[in-house]
Amino acid sequence: MHNGKADEAFYIKDCALVSISTGQKVYSLAELLEHLKDIHAGSIYHHFWSRLLRPSFDHPEFHNDFAAWAYHAIHDQILAERLNLVDPLDFDTLEGLRQEIIEIIEERMDESEYLPWTKAEAPFYFVRSQIVVLDTERSIQHPWELGKGVKTMSPGSIFYHFIDARRRTPDKTDDFQCWLKPLKGYESLVIALSHIDPYFNTLTELKEELVLLFEEYFKTRVKNG
Amino acid sequence: MVDQLQQLAKPLKGAHIVHINSTRYGGGVAEILHSLVPLKKALGLNVTWEVISGEEPFFHVTKSMHNALQGFPIAISQEKLKIYEETNAKEAERLQPLLEEADFVFIHDPQPAPLLHLTPNRKGKWIWRCHIDLSRPFRPVWRYLRNLVVEYDASIFSMPDFSQPLPHLQYIIPPSIDPLTEKNRELPPKDIEEVLNRFGLDPPLPIILQVSRFDRFQDPLGVIRAARLAKKFVPFQLVLAGGGAADDPEGEAVLKEVQAAAAGDPHIHILYLPPDAHKTINALQRAADVVIQKSLKEGFGLTVTEALWKGKPVIGGAVGGIKIQVVDHHTGFLVHTPEGAALRIRYLLFYKDKREEMGRKAHLFAKENFLITRHLRDYLSLLLALKLEAHERLALET
Repeated sequence: MHNGKADEAFYIKDCALVSISTGQKVYSLAELLEHLKDIHAGSIYHHFWSRLLRPSFDHPEFHNDFAAWAYHAIHDQILAERLNLVDPLDFDTLEGLRQEIIEIIEERMDESEYLPWTKAEAPFYFVRSQIVVLDTERSIQHPWELGKGVKTMSPGSIFYHFIDARRRTPDKTDDFQCWLKPLKGYESLVIALSHIDPYFNTLTELKEELVLLFEEYFKTRVKNG
Repeated sequence: MVDQLQQLAKPLKGAHIVHINSTRYGGGVAEILHSLVPLKKALGLNVTWEVISGEEPFFHVTKSMHNALQGFPIAISQEKLKIYEETNAKEAERLQPLLEEADFVFIHDPQPAPLLHLTPNRKGKWIWRCHIDLSRPFRPVWRYLRNLVVEYDASIFSMPDFSQPLPHLQYIIPPSIDPLTEKNRELPPKDIEEVLNRFGLDPPLPIILQVSRFDRFQDPLGVIRAARLAKKFVPFQLVLAGGGAADDPEGEAVLKEVQAAAAGDPHIHILYLPPDAHKTINALQRAADVVIQKSLKEGFGLTVTEALWKGKPVIGGAVGGIKIQVVDHHTGFLVHTPEGAALRIRYLLFYKDKREEMGRKAHLFAKENFLITRHLRDYLSLLLALKLEAHERLALET
């Protein structure tokens, strides 16, 4: 690739998540901890990320299912707040993320004699998901089309290119960075993309942020000749 | 969405898919199949829908089994299980060529579950689709059924709460409604008026409606109690509309109890409708101000989705699939008691703006999550995953 023009187009995909139950449920923090140690890594991923594709009317108060359960079912605000601040992007692997949750729960259990055995108001169900990737038959030929292209993307497309990409790209980044990196002249755009943390946003907010970034970047580029 | 469905169906073209359930009319399963089967055919799949037949004693056993699986402690004798097994053996013989050659077989609910063991020369993948709330089953009956379903290649539940530890993949696929059917499509005002007139309903008086089979799990007596409590605060008429199904022998007895409870109250209307009264139900739902579904146990509750689709806020029992359809304070209210339902009836009839706002959210919520196209996409994804033995990622290239 050279002269800022891509040799290969950016093919827009869409995706859907189909949930798969592990059949495992827990009724207390102690049980949650035991199951967390060996639950399928896909379940850890699901409980951190799949909420983005779930229907919601409000901005989520809790950013992962473990924090939500600690608050709503165990009624422990301290644990809920600690779990809520875990950003999965701080960890290179799901095993690292698993270990972090385990440590936070263990630490909290050490602080309270009864908490580990408090019966939850509702069980926690371990679920994982299967991602179904679909073609949209649309593509972006040139980086300056990115703003317009992202505007047309569904939440599933945003999820696939900005979140799922981190599981399958060599640098564990998003597809936009992957596409732009080999091109000359987009280094600052790649850096700006790398600063977007998708975890604490909704997909709609993420899409707006991306559109704004691409539009502003190319507006400035045109102005500066 | 249509493009997505075509992409998913393409690698499955020519595959023979068989659905087996226990009734052609009445109840949510039959309704879904009436929509799903033609849509799958339109996508080029070869689909057959068969209904197992049985005598009344068979359906008494399966109804007991259904109730036990939803948590009622009902022991089922060996003699009754023999009736269940013999009926299935007879049906397996009748359906043998079809079941042996099918590429995919969907068995809906417990009624035809033994067919897998009774088809030793099967070549396809078998999927058990459980539509009922299996979250707290009566253990002896679940242990019996578990032995029948354990060897399926996959099972489908409506929500994670209903799944049980099984050694195969358990997909979570919520049911759906078809917006183009007679039950859900737009109706002209004159058709709605005609239905109100036919049943002697008073148009200016607000309508609170529950549409459901006359079944104890749907708590029609609790709804009547809630209505009587709420009437102290606001005037309205309560309509309890529903029918029976061929596989539900208890309906008549429950109907009599409900009629007795409502006797003498001119503002409580009990409508016993035939299973094909789709347009009538559509009109009643569109005429209603608030829809109620105060179930005590519920697999999913398609009538809730139907009401949401028609822009009605729903007061739902906080059980089963209702908990994912009624987003508390957004698409309606979740309640636990007749008293709770009474308070919410009063609130929604009193605050028109809130009712309308919830109705708008309800329609959007149903559109985004519970229409037949999403349901079909999930089914096709499952079939492809089973065919390709892909468990984590399924990527389609055009």
